[in-house]
Amino acid sequence: MLAWGAMMERTIEDGDGSGTTAEAVERVDSPPDLEFDPPYLYPDYVSTRLRAPSSPLVLLPNAMSELTGPVFGRERVQPGDADLTNQHPGEPIGERIIVSGRVLDSDGRPVRDGLVEVWQANAAGRYHHDVDDHPAPLDPNFTGLGRALTDHEGRYGFITVKPGPYPWRNHDNAWRPAHIHFSLFGSQFPQRLATQMYFPADPLFYQDPIYNSIPTEARPRVIARLDMSSAIPEWALAYRFDIVLRGRHATPFEHDDDD
Amino acid sequence: MTLPRTPSQTAGPYLAIAMRWADGPLVVPEGTPAAIWIRGRVLDGAGVPVDDAVIETWQPDPDGRFPADPDARPFRGFGRSATDAEGGWQIHTLKPGRIADPEGRLAAPYISAALFARGLLRPVWTRIYFGDEAEANAEDSVLALIEAPRRATLVAEPSADGYRFDIRLQGPGETVFFDV
Repeated sequence: MLAWGAMMERTIEDGDGSGTTAEAVERVDSPPDLEFDPPYLYPDYVSTRLRAPSSPLVLLPNAMSELTGPVFGRERVQPGDADLTNQHPGEPIGERIIVSGRVLDSDGRPVRDGLVEVWQANAAGRYHHDVDDHPAPLDPNFTGLGRALTDHEGRYGFITVKPGPYPWRNHDNAWRPAHIHFSLFGSQFPQRLATQMYFPADPLFYQDPIYNSIPTEARPRVIARLDMSSAIPEWALAYRFDIVLRGRHATPFEHDDDD
Repeated sequence: MTLPRTPSQTAGPYLAIAMRWADGPLVVPEGTPAAIWIRGRVLDGAGVPVDDAVIETWQPDPDGRFPADPDARPFRGFGRSATDAEGGWQIHTLKPGRIADPEGRLAAPYISAALFARGLLRPVWTRIYFGDEAEANAEDSVLALIEAPRRATLVAEPSADGYRFDIRLQGPGETVFFDV
């Protein structure tokens, strides 16, 4: 296993004398990134070992390709896509929950009309996917896919069932804490974020390398909180998960009056 | 105001549940005149195909205009392809026009790409340039940032129905990735 320090050394070595413009190159996992994001190489998460880039990232000067991004309309999101419990003839088994929140950028601006995609295991911890061979039951009434567009304030909401934890083969007796995958678009392509939402006080956190790949102080930001104000009495508990994308790159012609 | 960002997490092995779109690879509809296929494979550090990745692409139209530009033709600009069992991906699109780089000079035509996968705790970002644009590539300010031997990893080579662009995540021939 490569310690972070050893990786830094290797990176510096690789980047030396190559003729690359020095200021254009950042180390693969420079400390500023590590304030909030996981490194590419996190050896305890075994899949990173052969997939993490080993060469330094090249710092990209921003052009229009980084200042713009895809815009999705209603054609991408069908009515009912935000209710994962109502996509089949019957209701899925499990604890019905509401998951809602706001999508903002780090400058505090709401992300409007942003596409939010979620996918998750069913209540038994099984994904509706050919590759998942966990011997837990599939639920014929649960696909585990939801889509929504954020509103003018950046709000989104889903109705779903609480996903179950499930085993995986990363290490001996490895179990993923219950989580919901999120994919988000901002207004600029580099704001793209894929993350996972976890549930409060999950006793499986301690042994999960994916969760623990996040710097300690940033881990609470991927944990939803119980949100009794959004719960519907006698019907469903609710969790709140606010998401902050990176700020927009400034553009030369930008006015700060659009929110 | 600066809000703390939400950390990235891997999209995991089941990302295709949400991120495989039937029309994802079709940046332009099939049958569009002058359309090209860009096809390639994604390989890990051992040369093994990555069969659980999704590539997303973003580009201007052939006039160099992004969809938000009021003068742009109707053009989605966005492509999304999940990899297959051989690590293969493809998009059907129009070759992008040239846009200005941050210094106001003309960049060589390129498509921006992000890749999500199991084992990637953050996406990797790259660019797809075109092998039959040698003159434009030679004066591109971003390609000039990259040491010559690695520059070729960003250049798609002409093929029977378009271009070929492989992505090597790690090791020999590792694709150049950007800090965007």
